[in-house]
Amino acid sequence: MAKVLLIAEHDGTSLNPSTAKCVACAAEISGAEIEVAVFAESAGAIAAQAASLDSVSRVLSNEATANRGALAAVLAPQIVAMADSYDYIFGPSTTFGKDLMPRVAALLGVNQISDIMSVEGERVFKRPIYAGSAVVTVEAPAGVPVVATIRTASFRAVGAGNSAPVDAVDVSADIPDHTRFIASETGKSDRPDLQSASRVVAGGRALGSEENFDLIYKLADKLEAGVGASRAAVDAGYVPNEMQVGQTGRIIAPDLYIAIGISGAIQHLTGIKDAGTIVAINKDEEAPIFEVADIGLVGDLFNVVPELTEALD
Amino acid sequence: MEKILVGLKRVVDYNVRVRVKGDGSGVETEGVKMSINPFDEIALEEALRIKERGEANEVVVVSIGSGEAQQQLRTGLAMGADRAILVETVATPDPLSCAHALLEIVKRENPELVILGKQAIDNDNAQTGQMLAALWGRPQGTFASKLEFNGGSVRVTREVDAGLDVIEVDLPAVITADLRLNEPRYVKLPDIMKAKKKPLDQIPLAELSVPDSPAIAETGFEPPAARERGIMVDDVAGLVGALNDKGLL
Ligand SMILES: Cc1cc2nc3c(=O)[nH]c(=O)nc-3n(C[C@H](O)[C@H](O)[C@H](O)COP(=O)(O)OP(=O)(O)OC[C@H]3O[C@@H](n4cnc5c(N)ncnc54)[C@H](O)[C@@H]3O)c2cc1C
Ligand SMILES: Nc1ncnc2c1ncn2[C@@H]1O[C@H](COP(=O)(O)O)[C@@H](O)[C@H]1O
Repeated sequence: MAKVLLIAEHDGTSLNPSTAKCVACAAEISGAEIEVAVFAESAGAIAAQAASLDSVSRVLSNEATANRGALAAVLAPQIVAMADSYDYIFGPSTTFGKDLMPRVAALLGVNQISDIMSVEGERVFKRPIYAGSAVVTVEAPAGVPVVATIRTASFRAVGAGNSAPVDAVDVSADIPDHTRFIASETGKSDRPDLQSASRVVAGGRALGSEENFDLIYKLADKLEAGVGASRAAVDAGYVPNEMQVGQTGRIIAPDLYIAIGISGAIQHLTGIKDAGTIVAINKDEEAPIFEVADIGLVGDLFNVVPELTEALD
Repeated sequence: MEKILVGLKRVVDYNVRVRVKGDGSGVETEGVKMSINPFDEIALEEALRIKERGEANEVVVVSIGSGEAQQQLRTGLAMGADRAILVETVATPDPLSCAHALLEIVKRENPELVILGKQAIDNDNAQTGQMLAALWGRPQGTFASKLEFNGGSVRVTREVDAGLDVIEVDLPAVITADLRLNEPRYVKLPDIMKAKKKPLDQIPLAELSVPDSPAIAETGFEPPAARERGIMVDDVAGLVGALNDKGLL
């Protein structure tokens, strides 16, 4: 038997799509029995969403005021207190999971596997290293739990036709007070979420200003697409940090990705290598982005993008 | 604050196109340019700025690795660190062992703050800071893009997928640096000369009490699946046509 404890990601009100992708990964382990733990201030709606995910056998709901803000220092000891009966403890390879899971692993005295991209055996997985320039096969040691984060772009979310039981749990763990949640400053946007959008339009340094980025938004709106950016565009202040795609930003896998005025540095490409179709618009025909693009167009974005936006009417 | 400890890992320079060895036994690192992990440079820059503002007295850089990591420590000293410690070992250990080794250094040095990079760009693990904080029983402020000190605590602005989170942690604490925390300074030639005289202690890893941890075995390396080279279109009409052909519009 392979008992999996999966830590749900949420924003306090609803389940993050990353969780359904982690379930898909866990379900590839033969004989997996998947339980999802929801730590929240108020878990009801989130737990119900988790219970609807196919392949989930049980949801553990843990409500406490301290769980607000998902602080790793607060959640980790609670997870450790529950860990005993599990062979695998998984979280998503998002900033939530990356913050939390190593803390859990260290408290359990085990190493952690980051960014699982495929399941090759009971304890054998593949993961990317060097910004995706290489893939390494890793084997977790026997006799200790496998603690890992899952690269969500590598898995398709499971369906939501299930109704697994939800059990309230009460774990006794020492909750530290040395770490306090103050605030979340999250960008509000009516556009599709970058992480789960089926189409994404992204702009780079070439846009030149925050105002010019409007060209990207207009095209995105025509396509009902999410909007992304290169690090250079974020650093220059054209767009906020949550829009960065790449090694240190979001790792995404939309059906369609349109890179506009982005050169295609390896650190950027690692964020889009699982995209269905990559379109590149760049005025430099030698730009490395054309090496990975499915459809390339050499041209000045300030002419091409308005024309394309119009052509989609 | 009396002391800040900064971790510097020696890694393949971020500009190098890393290739997998023909026999799949690892990646090619022979003769390749090595540098300080970029996030660690940012960590050190932050520590130096805190010291220069008068909020800390000493900045100590530490690296766990082979003797060659002295190069990166010397660069750190040239940037402005006061002292360096090399925890010497043949092969760089896994993140849990690194965290244990760092904990041993923390016990000897008693820093109020440890700043590491958010991830090492070789293995892309993003684990060591969180593990050190766990073993030490202290707070962690990961993926930091802003630090504000206020007596015995620090407000950490963290870059998260949804935007920014702000948390407050009591000192001592572990911070991991994200890209936008600052822009590291360039090292000037006179500083490189001066750095040669700064103290660099060497401690064999075996002298520190680092428990054996069950290792994750790396059994094979391969290049990533290549994307097929696509088509080039001449104009917007061609692009719309190609997108239509793929059923994407
Ligand atoms: C540790 C580390 C982590 C990193 N993480 C990331 C990451 O997560 N994500 C990321 O994106 N980067 C990341 N980077 C940075 C990365 O190396 C590149 O510097 C960055 O991606 C470049 O952004 P860009 O393509 O927008 O800018 P540039 O490289 O400057 O490219 C601009 C492109 O626009 C084209 N152009 C200019 N004018 C026009 C025009 N009028 N019309 C059409 N095209 C035009 C140019 O030909 C060029 O190709 C990281 C770097 C490091 C060191
Ligand atoms: N061998 C090492 N020597 C010094 N610092 C290290 C070492 N390994 C990791 N670190 C620190 O921990 C951070 C995260 O590394 P990692 O968990 O390997 O991604 C790095 O940016 C460094 O600051």
